[in-house]
Amino acid sequence: MTNKKELAVAALQNGTVIDHIPSSMLFNAVKILGIENIETHVTIGNNLESSKLGTKGIIKVADVFFPEATLNRIALIAPTAKVNIIRDFEVVEKRQVALPDTIVGIVKCGNPKCITNNEPMKTRFEVVDHDDVTIRCHYCGHTVTSKDVQII
Amino acid sequence: MNSNSLVSISDVNKEEILRLLEQARYFEENPNHKILDGKVVATLFFEPSTRTRLSFETAVNRLGGRVIGFSDASTTSSSKGETLKDTIKMVSNYVDLIIMRHYLEGAARYASEVTDTPVINAGDGANQHPTQTMLDLYSIYKTQGTLENLTITMVGDLKYGRTVHSLLMAMRYFNPTFRFVACNELQMPSEYKDFCDKNGIAYSEHTDFSADVINSSDIIYMTRVQRERFTDIMEYEKVKDLYTLHNAMLDGSRDNLRILHPLPRVNEIDYDVDDNPKAYYFQQAQNGLYARQAIICKALGIDIK
Repeated sequence: MTNKKELAVAALQNGTVIDHIPSSMLFNAVKILGIENIETHVTIGNNLESSKLGTKGIIKVADVFFPEATLNRIALIAPTAKVNIIRDFEVVEKRQVALPDTIVGIVKCGNPKCITNNEPMKTRFEVVDHDDVTIRCHYCGHTVTSKDVQII
Repeated sequence: MNSNSLVSISDVNKEEILRLLEQARYFEENPNHKILDGKVVATLFFEPSTRTRLSFETAVNRLGGRVIGFSDASTTSSSKGETLKDTIKMVSNYVDLIIMRHYLEGAARYASEVTDTPVINAGDGANQHPTQTMLDLYSIYKTQGTLENLTITMVGDLKYGRTVHSLLMAMRYFNPTFRFVACNELQMPSEYKDFCDKNGIAYSEHTDFSADVINSSDIIYMTRVQRERFTDIMEYEKVKDLYTLHNAMLDGSRDNLRILHPLPRVNEIDYDVDDNPKAYYFQQAQNGLYARQAIICKALGIDIK
């Protein structure tokens, strides 16, 4: 079987594809995954057509299989994102990212008077609403919604 | 992390609250019980608060313990750039209990996580002040004989007032009815009204501090309306006197009604209320001593009877 449509981004032999990231969140997702420090081939596409999202972003990382917990961090900013695990050009696993109950060391607290913005320490948030993606600072109680999330 | 730490009022459950109230009552009857002999307690006040610090230090002294500490962070290593973590770790080597106030929100939670010494939060910014809530609960319990099924009217700054928020949350076990009396700018935030809805707590909101509201209350909890809370200073001028309690307003009130206020008050309670037997704010402050004695013992794992 051949692809009818031309692929916008080259296919992977082995690795991880994260698809259906809202365009505005693509570079946050790159940051969350720590892709800057990866030395294998990385392909990043943005503003690609998407029937669901209008435009979307996609990240393809060759020869890297992220731990599930790392991938799930993306749910914070892109709950629609889908992960495809590729082995020998075949998708061997396909799943949606799932928001964890606590988020440590990724999100900056929006309260300037919070201890986490004034001490060399990791931030910690508890998810209070999985559907709306609302998280609450474990330290000061300040709540942050998905659209206001600032990645450290 | 020490599980006896008290950082937020939500760290204690109903049984623990009732137990603390019983112990506070015991200390009111026996304030000089020397059960902290040989114990050293640190009072670390990164932000000055004379009232709270003196109350805690009196509590420790009356229990026979010794106090070290500071009342102003500018005289300590934190002014040299030492982190809170390092200060707490250092002090933990010397003492059995840390009582701390800090200007940053979440500071006490973090401190409790970096040490095995128990930590009592004596206020962290606008966040939590659980010992104030315990003394409020004790004052209500003592004057009403129960915490159950009371009508509590909160007046003034319900938006920023952390004491009313914590009290509201602590009362969830006791089937209260709340009246929230505030101007439009300082209404109870929706997260606390949602909290009431979720916990089946009845409440009503009023902009008018009316006779109806006063005459159907068991407790009136007054708070200070601060000028700096207003974005529009004209609005402040308009409302500043609407929520002042005068003695004449208490004429038709219930016999068991008591007026509480976390103090300091400015003009929200007229001085003519002070001689009314229903005025309870000075005794309320005194109850802070007994409530804190009970909390200190709990934090040290000392059961008195």
